[in-house]
Amino acid sequence: MVDRITLSHGSGGRMMHELIDELFMKELGNALLREKRDSAILKFGSKRVAFTTDSYVVDPIFFPGGDIGSLAVYGTVNDLSVCGARPLYISVAVVIEEGFETSRLKRITASVGKAAKTAGVKIVTGDTKVVEKGSCDKIFINTSGIGEVYYDGLSEKSVRPGDAVIVSGPIGDHAISILSKREGLDFGTDVRSDSAPLGGLIAKALGASRRVRFMRDPTRGGLATTLNELVEGRSFGVGIDESELPVRPGVRQACEMLGLDALYLACEGRVVFIVSEEDRRKVLSAIRSDPLGRGARIIGRATEEHKGRVILNTVAGGKRILDMLSGEQLPRIC
Amino acid sequence: MCLGIPMRVVKIEGSEGVVESGGLSRKANFSLIKSVALGDYVLLHAGFAIERIKPGEAKKTLKLLRDL
Amino acid sequence: MEVCGTHTMAIFRYGLRELLPANIRLISGPGCPVCVTPNRYLDKAIALAGTEGVTVATFGDMMRVPGSRSSLERERSKGASIRAVYSTDDALAMARSHPEREIVFLGVGFETTAPTVASSIIEALREGISNYSVLCGHKTMPEVMGALLAAGGVDVDGFLLPGHVSAIIGTSPYRFLANRYNKRSVVAGFEPLDIMQSILMLIRQRRPVVQVQYKRVIEEGGNRIAQVMMAKVFRKSDDLWRGIGKVRDSGYKIRREYASFDADLRFRPKPCREKEAGGCICGSVLRGVKIPSDCRLFGKSCTPDHPVGSCMVSGEGTCAAYYRYGGRR
Repeated sequence: MVDRITLSHGSGGRMMHELIDELFMKELGNALLREKRDSAILKFGSKRVAFTTDSYVVDPIFFPGGDIGSLAVYGTVNDLSVCGARPLYISVAVVIEEGFETSRLKRITASVGKAAKTAGVKIVTGDTKVVEKGSCDKIFINTSGIGEVYYDGLSEKSVRPGDAVIVSGPIGDHAISILSKREGLDFGTDVRSDSAPLGGLIAKALGASRRVRFMRDPTRGGLATTLNELVEGRSFGVGIDESELPVRPGVRQACEMLGLDALYLACEGRVVFIVSEEDRRKVLSAIRSDPLGRGARIIGRATEEHKGRVILNTVAGGKRILDMLSGEQLPRIC
Repeated sequence: MCLGIPMRVVKIEGSEGVVESGGLSRKANFSLIKSVALGDYVLLHAGFAIERIKPGEAKKTLKLLRDL
Repeated sequence: MEVCGTHTMAIFRYGLRELLPANIRLISGPGCPVCVTPNRYLDKAIALAGTEGVTVATFGDMMRVPGSRSSLERERSKGASIRAVYSTDDALAMARSHPEREIVFLGVGFETTAPTVASSIIEALREGISNYSVLCGHKTMPEVMGALLAAGGVDVDGFLLPGHVSAIIGTSPYRFLANRYNKRSVVAGFEPLDIMQSILMLIRQRRPVVQVQYKRVIEEGGNRIAQVMMAKVFRKSDDLWRGIGKVRDSGYKIRREYASFDADLRFRPKPCREKEAGGCICGSVLRGVKIPSDCRLFGKSCTPDHPVGSCMVSGEGTCAAYYRYGGRR
């Protein structure tokens, strides 16, 4: 481990994983923590409860398609939903910088309330802290959530070669909408963040099949990092077809201009599903029946070959390895 | 760093302006190229238009590539 | 051989190597301006970032490049004033809105980027902006290609010429490749089909010439306005290329008339003692005589997350391309 924490340690990529494994797991690790799911699944008698937490430090705090408030709610409920749980209650803790305008705090709070209503969750507890000017940037929010698990059988271990990889919509929208407002980059675009609660979409997908193996929302590090997290150390690989990847033209253009790769850009309203081969079309239809899933596509499959690796079949007909994100692509994206 | 992407000129204000492509727009500096007109396609690099793109040649190349 | 980092990346990104027959081999040359920037330049930039009142503005890809002892990213994490920008226009805007600070722009890049920096200096002079200067590290392509061929040791039949550098300088600077060294060359675009068509054109050349595949952008004479602007602000000079050494007439220095915009003269930054990382063979990789997997640090102590050499950290470095797209095995 290096002697100082850098921005790369927070980017969601390889360095963050190293930090977690070499520092946090060493000090804090237990069987549940080591499972490294989006939510921990806890047993209370016959019930299973999903429990998750997330902190939001996004900059700018208001962006096309949302703000730090709505992001803080949707991000956490989605972490519950992708574990097959119905989100029920969340907590909201804020750290506010001295001097922050009350009107902006009001606006963010209204947004939190509206998002909680849309997502169908109750805010039941919270915390407020104010720190001196310069000790935090405007406002940081932490949300934790609990939900009731309603779907059995989600397990990375049950993924088999031939299983289909489905993504619920175009990738990279959130990251590009954030970047377009960053100082120094400053480009105009009609791309809006995809931040949204996915509980309804997921329920439809899970209702269509008993053989959904795995779900995750590709946030920091993007789709490529999420798929790598799935295959690392496993007995299968994943093959993705570049021509099937849904990417909006505005996102494509921004990537060309800034030298970015959409596969590594954060989404805040998308789910990656791994589903059995036989059920893939049923699940795809179910996802597409939801307004948030109209752009869903089957983008690839789990493979016998390339165990532990993600391979991209390029539009030019070649192949390349898709690694996890290295270093810091974009700080404070969520 | 050789990143140069083709974009269409949508606004001109002296030696500066705005270029657009696929819904994305950005301000551009035209001081490195000769006369530029609205609707022209230019190559944008590091915020500067460094060359005009010739649509006739672009069409020829596309045809050749299709025939390959 | 391709001598443009964007070509290297495109070849890997689209998996073009596997599509070629076995008797065609693609070698990567010194196409990444960040990779060929010597330690001393980075060390000076770091010294500037540590100077009271100075803000260093730089293209993003310089942030993580290791100098002798540190990197700009590491210095920023310790509190130094360093900002990544997309364009010199952004650096000038910073100078206008922060008259109390000295803005130093790190001028790294080949002939595609150098005109934008020249333009910024001319603009700063015109507007009377007095808190803007450039640490000039620009290098030029044709001379280093000549130096590689003259040194021998690299067995190359033809060159894929950099599309956007050539948009600026035209094709005549490359004629010596055919006339003096009997090598074929084609100015290539960046789409996968552009590259494939260019390779086909190279093979079909009956005698070595300089051809243009990237016709939709390239004028034979290049961009005269940009050439004039560069000649106005810069003069050619011998320059040091990381891993290659001194190459005659291959770099730009700011002319005396614009001395107040030359950060070297203005601040006389004192870099720390220069040190090259042991075991790093970036030099041989840049010359095309070794490939990244030949390096004993590759994939082990040198990865994109902990880069030892510049070829690994730059977005267009050969080692980064091999690692990201070719796997470590």
